Amino acid sequence: MPEMYFSDAIRAALDEALTRDASVVLMGEDIGPYGGAFGITRGLHEKYGPERIIETPISENGFVGVAVGAAMTGLRPVVEIMFMDFILLAADQIINHAAKLHYIYDGQVKVPLVIRAPAGAGRGYGASHSQNLENVFLSVAGLKIVCPATPADAKGLLAAAIRDPNPVLFIEPKALYGARGEVPEGDYTVPLGVARLAREGKDLSIITYGACVPLALAAAGELSEGGLEADVLDLRTLKPMDLTALEATVAKTGRCIVLEEGPLTGGIGAEVSARIGERCFRALKAGVQRVAAQDTPIPSATPLEHAVLPSVAALLAAADRLFE
Amino acid sequence: MPEERLLSAYRKMLLIRLMEERIGALFTEGAIAGTCHLCIGQEAVAVGVAEALELGDEVVSCHRGHGHLLAMGGEPARLLGELMGRQIGYCRGRGGSQHLSAPGIGLLGTNGITGGGIPIATGAALSAHLLRTGAAIVCFFGDGATNQGVFHESLNMAALWSLPVLYVCENNRYAMSEPVCRTVAGGDILARPRAYGISAECVDGMDVEAVEAAARRALAPLRAGKGPAFIEAATYRFCGHSKSDKLLYRTREEEAKWRERDPLTLTRLKLEKAGWKETLPWIEEEVRRQIAEAEEACRRSPLTPPETALQGVYADA
Repeated sequence: MPEMYFSDAIRAALDEALTRDASVVLMGEDIGPYGGAFGITRGLHEKYGPERIIETPISENGFVGVAVGAAMTGLRPVVEIMFMDFILLAADQIINHAAKLHYIYDGQVKVPLVIRAPAGAGRGYGASHSQNLENVFLSVAGLKIVCPATPADAKGLLAAAIRDPNPVLFIEPKALYGARGEVPEGDYTVPLGVARLAREGKDLSIITYGACVPLALAAAGELSEGGLEADVLDLRTLKPMDLTALEATVAKTGRCIVLEEGPLTGGIGAEVSARIGERCFRALKAGVQRVAAQDTPIPSATPLEHAVLPSVAALLAAADRLFE
Repeated sequence: MPEERLLSAYRKMLLIRLMEERIGALFTEGAIAGTCHLCIGQEAVAVGVAEALELGDEVVSCHRGHGHLLAMGGEPARLLGELMGRQIGYCRGRGGSQHLSAPGIGLLGTNGITGGGIPIATGAALSAHLLRTGAAIVCFFGDGATNQGVFHESLNMAALWSLPVLYVCENNRYAMSEPVCRTVAGGDILARPRAYGISAECVDGMDVEAVEAAARRALAPLRAGKGPAFIEAATYRFCGHSKSDKLLYRTREEEAKWRERDPLTLTRLKLEKAGWKETLPWIEEEVRRQIAEAEEACRRSPLTPPETALQGVYADA
């Protein structure tokens, strides 16, 4: 199996979808000759031309809405939002339209649309180019939310998202673009809605996704040196969430930390903790711990940014609390 | 318009008028919940544009969409059923007054967010363009929607990409209660599409023949791949914005003046002059019977079972 960068795995999924399915089109800002702000679509414009790789003006609500209409009428648009922060400009078309039209029109239309959104901090871009906003969309019925943590999943989940008949918010952790890993060649999909056990252990569970998976694995390595073995559950799909996998890991360990890159309050961890409380209360040996970004805007300067983001040290402290 | 077609357009406008009046009455009786935005006074816009459409064309409408549905050939019983939460309804009551959809007759959907349908129509036109379907897409909205950012974003893209979409702005003078003079800077809606290089004209929205002719003029180059077009139809809603509207923002004199240009009266006069005077009462009787039968069919249809509310959040593959 060849190794490739996370970013190349995303491009491979796009490339294969464009080849396989003539109804797939890409839309977004600077995705043509420039190749997108992060170079993800580099080379695709030359290969597929401007009718398949559609460069848009800076009009997020407009072009996401255009993609919704196109998805309802025979195309499968994959939209790139340059930075996830800008997705808020398109919130109306995503929340009030893309996610709802299949339901409110009683199944007479489908909206097979993928919205790719590079997210996350750690690069000094500042508050308007660093957010994880998946929690904002978690309550939106009709939307699916996916976030890969490995190059293989980046390819497989994106391929599955493009084939899904529903709108899918596909979050790309910017911090992982340069990560390398083995990626299956050819037609490869990873089913949506199924979590992945990234590491097995019996003593505690770290439940996380995206860019925090490597962080969890690093902390698990340190914990292992101290004699504690952690399960690391990579959720992969945040909505609909794999509750079976959630229950299985908590039933096994009885102790868990929910880890995310986004803010603590109202975050993914709040939802995961509540589900665990409802479904696994008797299995719990300690209160569920959350590790997340502080409830601040993301500051720009590196030391400030690090001060508000989750860290291995914060995870180790949370693990200590589980065994107090 | 040939006389037979004018007669059929009149019948459609009358169906819309009488259906809207009946819906208003049912709302007042409490038989319809929620809200509804009636299009009484604006019938000629919906019917005139629909007369210019061809099979395969698609329409995206707004919150005031009952008339567009009926103009496209929608069934009154299924419209009423939608408003009354019955199984017979176009969306079995899931959508309600502002969220109708009948793709089978070319109505992609109506929309409760002002301007929300404009990019969606533009996207349907992108599909038509890239998939070479030959379809024209029509997007109805009001004067108020021309102040939404997404209106400008969509027109810009439609013009850049030469998409086959006809934007029809029903300028009924008021965005809810706010008059155009207080909401549209410059006062000229047509200046907006023209700024994007889109050919645009204003038409008498009370004259169904004029609307149809304008729609045909706009659609011909659009179908030939010349890009989007824009029509501003000058019209007036004789009723309030929604059923809660007390009409405190306009005068009875202004309303009376517009009533003189009632699209149904104007068409009736033309038909009488052409020798159809005897036929008109017969048409009205037939439309009233059609509406009574639709209401009957709607009431016979069971309420949509509550347990279905949990189904179909996601589409199956």
